[in-house]
Amino acid sequence: MRNTLIVLAAVASVAACASRPEPTPTPATQPPAAAERPQGPVPGSIEDFRVSVGDRIFFGYDQFALTTEARSVLERQAAWLRQYPGVRLLVAGNCDERGTREYNLALGARRAAAARDFLISLGVAGNRMETVSYGKERPLDPRANEEAWSVNRNSHSQIVSGAVS
Amino acid sequence: MMRVIKGITAAFALLCAVAWTATPAAAQTPAPASTQGRLHVDITEGHLNPMPVAVVDFIAASPPAAQVGRDVAQVIRANLERSSLFRSVAPAAFIERIQAMDVPPRFGDWRIIDAQALTVGQVTALPDGRVRIEFKLYDIFAEQFLTGFSYSTTPDNWRRIAHRISDQIYEQLTGERGYFDTRIVFVSESGPRTRRVKRLMIMDQDGANPFFLTGPDAMVLTPRFSPSAQLITYMSYETGAPRVFLYNLETNRREVLGDFPGMTFAPRFAPDGNDVVFTLDMNGNAEIFAMDLRSRQRRRLTNHPAIDTSPSYSPDGAQVVFNSDRGGSPQLYVMAADGSGQRRISFGDGRYSTPVWSPRGDLIAFTRQGGGRFAIGVMRPDGSGERILTESYLDEAPTWSPNGRVIMFFREGRGEGPRIWSIDLTGRNLRQLPTPTEASDPAWSPLLP
Repeated sequence: MRNTLIVLAAVASVAACASRPEPTPTPATQPPAAAERPQGPVPGSIEDFRVSVGDRIFFGYDQFALTTEARSVLERQAAWLRQYPGVRLLVAGNCDERGTREYNLALGARRAAAARDFLISLGVAGNRMETVSYGKERPLDPRANEEAWSVNRNSHSQIVSGAVS
Repeated sequence: MMRVIKGITAAFALLCAVAWTATPAAAQTPAPASTQGRLHVDITEGHLNPMPVAVVDFIAASPPAAQVGRDVAQVIRANLERSSLFRSVAPAAFIERIQAMDVPPRFGDWRIIDAQALTVGQVTALPDGRVRIEFKLYDIFAEQFLTGFSYSTTPDNWRRIAHRISDQIYEQLTGERGYFDTRIVFVSESGPRTRRVKRLMIMDQDGANPFFLTGPDAMVLTPRFSPSAQLITYMSYETGAPRVFLYNLETNRREVLGDFPGMTFAPRFAPDGNDVVFTLDMNGNAEIFAMDLRSRQRRRLTNHPAIDTSPSYSPDGAQVVFNSDRGGSPQLYVMAADGSGQRRISFGDGRYSTPVWSPRGDLIAFTRQGGGRFAIGVMRPDGSGERILTESYLDEAPTWSPNGRVIMFFREGRGEGPRIWSIDLTGRNLRQLPTPTEASDPAWSPLLP
């Protein structure tokens, strides 16, 4: 339960970030359902995907299994991607710093593959996605504590082309 | 003291092209009728009483040569001190003033200041612009000449000669090859943790002559030397996805190794230098492959849905140790070089990774993670005799000195940047290496050719 709350806070804080996510130690104050407000992001834009859908899913320690949370985010991603068929993704797997470098590269690859495979199972064409692993090299949250690590264990669906600008 | 050579690529070209002549130095001093045993340091024990060695400033006929003589002696003293096997007797205590190389020292003058070994030397400017650097090593109590060499080289190459002399002294007094004429390649780190800049950097074993090999644009990881020390294999994001690269230190050219469908990482050379073993990840399944560098033929060594990564050859090339989580958590496994006979060797508490086979073949160094901490340890290739050398919030990525007696690794404090450290196999002599920036992923070269 506590972990779920942390992840939810993380999703909210990530959603509140600019396109180059900066660390935000405190949970975002605004609700994540920004799209419901009249001045939401442009539909089909990178911002729309990030804020209205959620571009990151999170994992347990040394895990690559998709949580219920992760599946629902990926389902929203798949629906959005069906709506905007010209969009291409880079699915990047990330790890926390509590593992060694090469192992984490392999673990990040597993996380990215798990996200990609689930999107494919939901009807997103495999050739619209590339995967990469950043291992523990690209933490979202620079701090060295459980909260930061739980945020840093993620798969990031990054739009590389085809979004409405 | 740390005189950095300017003109970095030129400096390396010089290092490669050193034509050094090693000739046994002049006539052996007649040994006195002593029955004392050979002067010897036992390297396998912890050293609470390092052997006192006196290193005299090398004598010279001209002021520039005398400066080289002082610098050479200082580098030798620093090397011996850092090994912790030796203690440099303070030059201020010296009684005899050495004035000629061909006259034996007054052993009593050195005995009285408690020196057990004495190094004297001379620097001579040669007519062709080069210098000749000679040294002699004496056993003070046996009143015996032990060894000596003469090297001719370009004046700016004095530092390598100092390292070679240090290696000669170490070898003579311990019976083991030294490790001073070596280099370290590592990842230089800068910038905030969320946008880290990671570049390849190389320097001498003592931290002198550091310079970048790659630029700030592409993140690089895990460099490792070839057995000739002329090539480095590493991982880079230069072309987007992680790829294993080869960097040639002679030409300063780099190339991607092979054309693979997934990402490639965790490369290491075979001990004969003919192939590179690495991890190829295809759709989330990391497997170990080897590629022959001449034929560019690849062979697959593992075939398992678990993570298989971090391969490292045994020095005879017959076996490969690697990291796999096929048993539920990351552990160490050994297989034959053709992939057969895969078996787990780590059974202690915790998660084991980054195995590296010792150049002597008798031990495997690793990173062990447990209880919220990371440790560097060693075990025998059959998994027995596990011993932890050091641990902290994060200790990772051991690399062996070429004689298998010292291990370097990187250490990160909680929320802090990494630095490179070294520790003796005895578990003593923990030291931080001087690096110009924060630094990780060290790799120790073989003795330079």
